[in-house]
Amino acid sequence: MTRGKRLLVGLGLAGVVVGFASWMLVGYVVRPAPGENAASGGTTRVRVPGESFIKVSLFYVAADGLRLTPVERDVPFADGTSEQAKRILEAQLMPPPSPLLAAIPNGTTLRGIYVADRGEAYVDFGDAIRTAHPGGSLQELFTVYSIVSVLTVNLPAIKSVQILINSHEVDTLAGHVDLRRPLPRSAIWLEPPTIVSAR
Amino acid sequence: MKIRGFCLAACALALLVPASPLRAQNLKPASPFTVISREGRRTVQAVVDGEQDMLRVEDLIAVFQLTVREDRGNNALTVTHAGRTVVLSLDQGLASLGGRLVSLAAPPARDGGRWVVPADFVSRALPLISDTKVELRRSSRLILVGDVRVPRLTARLEPAGTATRVTLDLAPGAPYAVLQEPRRLLVKFDADALDPVLSSVSGLGLVESVSAAEPTTIVISLAPGMGSFRASSMPIEAGSSRILVDVLPVGTTTTPTAPSPPGGVPPAGTTRPESIPAFAQAASPSIRTIVVDPGHGGEEIGARGVNGAMEKDITLDVSRRLKAAIEARLGIRVLLTREDDRLVPLDERASIANNNKADLLISIHVNASPRRDARGAEVFYLSLDGLSAETRRMAENPQGKTLPTLGGGSRDIELILWETAQARHLAESAVLAGFIEEELRKTVEMSLRSLQQASFRVLVGANMPAVLVEIGFVSNPDQEAQLITDGYKNQIVQAIYDAIVRYRARLTGSRQEPR
Repeated sequence: MTRGKRLLVGLGLAGVVVGFASWMLVGYVVRPAPGENAASGGTTRVRVPGESFIKVSLFYVAADGLRLTPVERDVPFADGTSEQAKRILEAQLMPPPSPLLAAIPNGTTLRGIYVADRGEAYVDFGDAIRTAHPGGSLQELFTVYSIVSVLTVNLPAIKSVQILINSHEVDTLAGHVDLRRPLPRSAIWLEPPTIVSAR
Repeated sequence: MKIRGFCLAACALALLVPASPLRAQNLKPASPFTVISREGRRTVQAVVDGEQDMLRVEDLIAVFQLTVREDRGNNALTVTHAGRTVVLSLDQGLASLGGRLVSLAAPPARDGGRWVVPADFVSRALPLISDTKVELRRSSRLILVGDVRVPRLTARLEPAGTATRVTLDLAPGAPYAVLQEPRRLLVKFDADALDPVLSSVSGLGLVESVSAAEPTTIVISLAPGMGSFRASSMPIEAGSSRILVDVLPVGTTTTPTAPSPPGGVPPAGTTRPESIPAFAQAASPSIRTIVVDPGHGGEEIGARGVNGAMEKDITLDVSRRLKAAIEARLGIRVLLTREDDRLVPLDERASIANNNKADLLISIHVNASPRRDARGAEVFYLSLDGLSAETRRMAENPQGKTLPTLGGGSRDIELILWETAQARHLAESAVLAGFIEEELRKTVEMSLRSLQQASFRVLVGANMPAVLVEIGFVSNPDQEAQLITDGYKNQIVQAIYDAIVRYRARLTGSRQEPR
């Protein structure tokens, strides 16, 4: 083999190796997280090599329309409870997989989260969570308790959650649920409907 | 070649053996755990490794029908149930199922020749392969399997005037009955078992001791001098209840008030609890004023149906009809929190009821769900979720204050925090809500969540029994059409009216039937 031919073959092999490596890298970077697919609203998340993920439960309205149901997702790991809570809530605000429905109004924005020492999380949303809310007490309970549940279930350091809008305390989202204090987790809205004993 | 292969295998085995389970262990005997399921009770032997409770695997195999295999190649224990396998690492406290990792308090260990696993294996890993809820209550040495009712129970003793009061807090609540025997009272619960914490209860006054007896009975041993007793109960938070048993000295008569207690139906041959405690006796003996609250109004339209029906219009119409029916047929004064289409703040609605000394507050709403097929009526009373323990205590024991009056003398007043006004009426609100739910159920379709507690803002400040009625789902097109008809509205009005008649009869002790 002449020197020229050797050079040509060498370059060809190098090209094949670089091409294969690039294909593998691209495939890894855009690969959806487990459980993500087109049904999740086309929200393919870009994974950065080396980034860590934690498995969390997000809460959506179940097919029977009478309770919230958990869906497992991978969420980027973050240092500190507040930052991790923010990542989890950002995932919660994404559209749910079919046939589940979101309990939080479309267009809701997360402004910030503060976690106090006693485990009370203060979650600050933009106006849309109230202005875009369709009303109804059950719908409002689902909205509130999907937020309370996703933080208290996934982050044991958070014991209760108070919803703020534009950094202000609010009475209610839609005229029903008292939001003037942090609310603890309530399993009632995560379980199949049962009737409480009244008498 | 064969010899080379044998040597390689021997080397591999030699490498594997030291990696098998076996960290230094200091296992000591511990109290066994009791497994409670619908099938009965079983015992699982335990040892303790430092602070970790470890359960004997052969007992778990018998209780949960498991297959357990040691997988030395992977340095793991595989636990199989109904064809599903969870793998326990022998090196670290990890269990895995299909790539999902669950952390455990410790890796498996050997106790002599027997495998033991950390106690949280049953609550964290086992449900992954059994599809059964398993709850571990370490402090009470219980493992609850499936849908069993095992309420936690705490007790305390305190003087209550001349009586001695036994307070039993149950979470979750359970129906109960009190049976009197010579020198003791038996409080029997309708549950699968009890999880009692009674260590701090010692004798006081007319009570010598409070103890638990299998399977679901609390025994109150009495000192000489006991004459009679009275018992009552009320919900204290979502799902929990409090039972008060007042042991009275000889010569004291019990007040013959006889409300149905929240406890439920007692077993045959037992004594029905007799009275309600002082702080729950908030309702007037009769009903003179009712405030009906049409939900939303003005710019706040509430929920809206796909065909344009608005919650604020439906609630106002139903409230007007209800007012007319009650005033005309019962002669009770009825006030509406809004007479027309305007926005009234939620606190103002409760204020209208408080300032007019209303005996009942009934808030009328129309529901909505993101699912169009959700339908049916629901009745709510207040949940105390979010109130601190201190606030709850203040709600149950309002502070009295003595004020001077004009011309000398003084007057005692009761100070009630706005935030806790409803808390002291919860038992009565629950009764009223139950009546309304029962009457609605006779004529209209009910939701599967027909009777619930929730922390609804409009109920918080109401200083009287108060409920919120969701009369149907406007988000359901069929129900939207129904909700705007006279027929459906009148059915709702009649049901609430009938419930008020029942509630009034109960307060006055008469047997007046609805209609």
